[in-house]
Amino acid sequence: MMYVPERPPVEYKGLSLAIVRLATKWGPAGISLLLRFAWGVFFAAIVVLVTFVWAVRRFINPLLPWFIRDVVVVVGLLAFVCIVAIIGIWGERKVSGRIQSRLGPMRTGAWHGWAQSLADGLKFVQKEDLIPRDADQPLFRLAPYVALVPAFCAYLTIPFSLGWVFRESDVGLLFVLAMLAIEVLGVIMAGWASNSKWSLYGAMRAACQLVSYEIPMGLSLLAVVLSVGSLNLIELGRAQEGGWFSWLIFRNPFLFLAFFTYYIASLASCKRSPFDLPEGESELVAGFHTEYSGFRFVMFFFAEYVAMFAVSALATILFLGGWNSPVAGLCSPLWFVLKSAFLVWVQMWFRWTLPRIRIDQVMHACVKYLLPLSLLLFVGSSLWQLYDNRAHPAFEGFAGLLHYVLGGVGLLLLGLFFAGAGYGYYNRNRLVGSMVRKHLPGA
Amino acid sequence: MKEIEFQYQSDLHQEGEIPSDIRTEELTLNMGPQHPSTHGVLRVVLQTDGELVLQATPYVGYLHRCAEKIAEKVTYRQFTPYTDRLDYLAGMNNNLGFALAVEKLGGIEVPARAEYLRVIFAELNRIASHLVATGCYGLDMGAFTPFVYCFREREYVLDLFEAVCGARLTYSYITIGGVREDLPDGWIGRCREFLDYLGPKIAEYNNLLSYNHIFINRTGNVGVCPPDLALAYGLTGSCLRGSGVKWDLRKATPYCRYNEFDFDIPVGRGEKGTVGDCWDRYFVRIQEIGQSVRIIRQALDKLTEGPTQAKVPRAVKLPAGEIYYEVENPRGQLGFYLVSEGGTSPYRLKIRGPSFCNLSVLPVVARNCLLADVTALLGSLDIVMGEVDR
Repeated sequence: MMYVPERPPVEYKGLSLAIVRLATKWGPAGISLLLRFAWGVFFAAIVVLVTFVWAVRRFINPLLPWFIRDVVVVVGLLAFVCIVAIIGIWGERKVSGRIQSRLGPMRTGAWHGWAQSLADGLKFVQKEDLIPRDADQPLFRLAPYVALVPAFCAYLTIPFSLGWVFRESDVGLLFVLAMLAIEVLGVIMAGWASNSKWSLYGAMRAACQLVSYEIPMGLSLLAVVLSVGSLNLIELGRAQEGGWFSWLIFRNPFLFLAFFTYYIASLASCKRSPFDLPEGESELVAGFHTEYSGFRFVMFFFAEYVAMFAVSALATILFLGGWNSPVAGLCSPLWFVLKSAFLVWVQMWFRWTLPRIRIDQVMHACVKYLLPLSLLLFVGSSLWQLYDNRAHPAFEGFAGLLHYVLGGVGLLLLGLFFAGAGYGYYNRNRLVGSMVRKHLPGA
Repeated sequence: MKEIEFQYQSDLHQEGEIPSDIRTEELTLNMGPQHPSTHGVLRVVLQTDGELVLQATPYVGYLHRCAEKIAEKVTYRQFTPYTDRLDYLAGMNNNLGFALAVEKLGGIEVPARAEYLRVIFAELNRIASHLVATGCYGLDMGAFTPFVYCFREREYVLDLFEAVCGARLTYSYITIGGVREDLPDGWIGRCREFLDYLGPKIAEYNNLLSYNHIFINRTGNVGVCPPDLALAYGLTGSCLRGSGVKWDLRKATPYCRYNEFDFDIPVGRGEKGTVGDCWDRYFVRIQEIGQSVRIIRQALDKLTEGPTQAKVPRAVKLPAGEIYYEVENPRGQLGFYLVSEGGTSPYRLKIRGPSFCNLSVLPVVARNCLLADVTALLGSLDIVMGEVDR
């Protein structure tokens, strides 16, 4: 018999004690019913948001001038973004835990460690405000804001559903892309201001990687814009009404591929694995945020998850039907968040599976493969647009057929994914091997 | 020492021409002693030109604990625990090397059961050590998950060690004249169960890491150490075999009845690039785990009843004389040069740490490569600083 030592109870002090006590006491009773039925806290966030927006539109909008409505909506968006980041960080830890045959955080908050991010955030707030002596003070202080604020601003034109948008803009897509591109400025600023060589390396890597991958990212999206004829995100979403087969990803083979080029480029622009060179732990210690601690570090951390959700949201709106359901007529912001969350989850899946690629390979992948491919997709998509109309009935018929074939391929891929995941889940005890099985609870 | 000119293989790393009117300077980058991928407290000073590393100079000595000097002050038996701390990932093998050196000089005969137990534990520790090397190499390459898997498997090896000697890292189990304890009840069954479990897991690592396209691109053709260079710099163990040299002390000069076992020596064949690249060194370790499993299975079958300790006095006294004895450690050939003047402690003990010699090749190979390649090279050399500095 092996000796299994009793784990000492976790000790908390001060404010964190109060929060953790609250979470531990009220966590199971207050929210477990809500959480256990839905997948994670995303749904809880949605319910809160739905109620909030409904209340604002029903009661507050008619009474107040527009700027107060704006303030209220921005605060709501800010709350949403924070929830996205907090749940994203918690989710990342749970996903990585499951992938690595661990449990991840299980203690704080009683229900699968749901309050772990809150406790961590609290810890970071309490930390000493540390700035290296030789750092460039103003830049060092400014950099986290430059990284986080644009990532948040991207949400201002992202529609969650019809009418669920802060500002409907005719150049909404451009605005989101521009905002996401500003983030690199904050990263370079942080790397430079830290006055550390490792940070500088991280910043330089970030600069060349992020700026390079903007191009294939934009070109892939441009292919979509061309086939719909609008930069307005609402219009783009509206063009995909009518179920699974009317989603833009299935409209023609070029858009189908463009989704994947966009997704890869978006991984790079979010500094996510396998493109996480700017903060590559084993090479650059922590990259551009090596010298950051406390709340400033939290801001970089938040910015990453906020940007992750933003690029996934963009992919959802442009390729995966946005708020439209796979079955016609059930449009809801729930679908939008669900699809985006799925894409975020895939990003996490990649991160915990793949090794990191090297800086020259990053540039090669972009310049030699991704850029020509996305250019080709752009040209191909525009040619397709030229022929897929009433003037060419034969081609139109072929395109109509092909678009169902692509939809079928999409269904097949999704089915394969769920079949694989289900197989893995139901056979997890067998697949994990005899030694691990003995250590599982209930063995 | 013969200086070997070495040309980097890849065309990516050739220095570009810099216009003469732009004055550029090389950046000196201090990697370590606190750095996640220097595997301890190694300090490497890099001369860099952007991402290009022109020169890497290792500085050692941050973990020096005077092991050799201590040996002169303690008795032979008392030095065994110090050998645990040389290469702390392969304590059993270090114990074995020291015990064999003393036994050879003192003419001590070890019983058969103890010999087989030594083989079993040395090979189990080789598995544990290679699992750490594999996992950490994945971590160096940015893949976190193989690291956790490898450490999970290593825990089961450590459980086996703990059951037999109570320690999980510093065992002092293989002592002069045999092994300290006999096996507890049911241990052989547990060991067999672990060996059955490990086989499929190696295939899992191969699918997850070894044959991963990104991983191959990161390690194939990187840090190439040709056979002549490896021999000139005294590389041993999986680093030497990774360079395609078929040399293993367990076959060449068998000790502990290794000649009775049927196993192969895996060598690097340049499967994913050039012979002697990082991938070869890495994959040799993966293959060696399989060979160790084979050896342990055979040793468990051969295990006979009998004493586990030779009749050796508590205070071991060696005749005057000197001996140099080498064993095949997970990281290479661990050598003990023992000079005795006839007392209960050595006059001088010189330890040849394989990691130290393997590390010596770093400044030669890490020339005109990228920053990430230095990490790849260091990880594939699989150094343990406790052994480099002793």
